[in-house]
Amino acid sequence: MYSVNYHRASSVADAAKLIKKGDAKFLSGGMTLIPAMKTRLAAPSDLVDLNHIAELKGIKVSGKTVTIGAATTHYEVATDEKLKKVCPAIAELAGLIGDVAVRYRGTIGGSIANNDPAADYPAALMALDATVVTNKRQIPAEKFFKGLFETALKDDEIVTAVTFTAPPKAAYQKFPNPASRYAITGVFVTKGKDGVRVAVTGAGDNGVFRSKEIEAALAKKFDAAALDGVKVPSANMMTDMHASADYRANLVLVMAKRAVTAANAGA
Amino acid sequence: MSEVSLVVNGRRVSGVVEDRTLLVHFLREHLGLTGTHVGCDTSQCGACVVHVDGKAVKSCTMLAAQASGSTVVTIEGLADGADLHPVQAAFRENHALQCGFCTPGMIMASVDIINRHPDGLDEATVREELEGNICRCTGYHNIVKAVLAASKAMNKSKAKGKSASRAKQAA
Ligand SMILES: Cc1cc2nc3c(=O)[nH]c(=O)nc-3n(C[C@H](O)[C@H](O)[C@H](O)COP(=O)(O)OP(=O)(O)OC[C@H]3O[C@@H](n4cnc5c(N)ncnc54)[C@H](O)[C@@H]3O)c2cc1C
Ligand code: FES
Ligand code: FES
Repeated sequence: MYSVNYHRASSVADAAKLIKKGDAKFLSGGMTLIPAMKTRLAAPSDLVDLNHIAELKGIKVSGKTVTIGAATTHYEVATDEKLKKVCPAIAELAGLIGDVAVRYRGTIGGSIANNDPAADYPAALMALDATVVTNKRQIPAEKFFKGLFETALKDDEIVTAVTFTAPPKAAYQKFPNPASRYAITGVFVTKGKDGVRVAVTGAGDNGVFRSKEIEAALAKKFDAAALDGVKVPSANMMTDMHASADYRANLVLVMAKRAVTAANAGA
Repeated sequence: MSEVSLVVNGRRVSGVVEDRTLLVHFLREHLGLTGTHVGCDTSQCGACVVHVDGKAVKSCTMLAAQASGSTVVTIEGLADGADLHPVQAAFRENHALQCGFCTPGMIMASVDIINRHPDGLDEATVREELEGNICRCTGYHNIVKAVLAASKAMNKSKAKGKSASRAKQAA
């Protein structure tokens, strides 16, 4: 790791000031940034630690409205009793991220700011029609995720929270890479008063996306059988050492079927 | 440079370190606590697991500066004098180590797992929860057996402690 200067921010305002130093980066759980610095893929001059900012932490549930602070860990999301009552799907998703030690440190803010094309949370946020709250504005999930490791965030912009309305039905199904636990394909399905939303992670060659084909079929009937014979195009799917585009296109359908069945059985 | 100050295995320690110093290097090189191992550079193997404020985390993926102000327990801090911690004892009894490289991380992760499951554990849960710890000798079978045995032993001694304190209250 190259040399770096560490700063512990005490508030969002303090962090916004500290980030102006050199080529500074925010540090949240460090579960992505520190490995990247160890391999010198990332070499910020300064780190601004967001972990000690109380206003970025915690989960609020009021009726069906859920707000998750950016520095809330995957472990906290996976085990929060209030959240599990209104939206068990997102708690289950958090419990599938990496391993326990990663979940104790990694945060929702860090995960979405990083926007790894195989990360889990981006699928949840797209399917839940969530809003990303920053220290400057509110960004709908669909405008926030902009491709591979790209988001709408400015360099000095801090994700402060994620907020959404819990839909009556939701579920996530993931086909994990057996070594890394990241999604080879993951599908998050929701059915709310505004219809059906289906978001896919791990498969697209430009990051998380909504599957129009699957949404159209499920809008007619929210049942796994409605997906028999649906064709998911492989044109924009990723091919890598783990799986081909065709394989991923098929996995999208398989995971979507499982997710619909789980959503119908769940809430 | 950062001034870090933390409690490690019950002892208050401090030092001035480069900001890029990983917690694992602070423990091994500054404090001489070489029980905590480094087995990979991808945050995947779990050989470096220690408890920070009661949670089992990968000390290779945390800066010492991030841990400043925290309470840390390493494998050296588990035993009570000459008495092994129940998880250490169970690893020994069940032949849960071969070369021993993964063992400190396995044990620290296992203590955390047992703490989080006060009602006991089954094999599937142990296997799933140990996902972040890799044994290059592939001795998983006996590791899982040891964790199950330790969980039983710890729950039994807790139950005994409870009934003893109840008996005391009654008396
Ligand atoms: C072994 C292992 C397995 C993993 N498996 C999975 C998996 O299965 N699924 C999955 O989704 N992820 C997985 N991850 C990644 C993990 O979820 C990370 O926690 C997450 O991607 C990054 O979150 P973080 O809080 O650790 O962020 P950091 O590593 O601290 O930061 C990541 C990036 O986000 C920026 N950032 C952080 N917080 C903010 C903020 N509030 N505002 C603006 N920018 C910010 C940082 O500057 C940095 O660029 C895995 C990681 C490891 C090490
Ligand atoms: S050394 Fe920390 S996970 Fe491998
Ligand atoms: S005992 Fe050798 S690595 Fe696990």
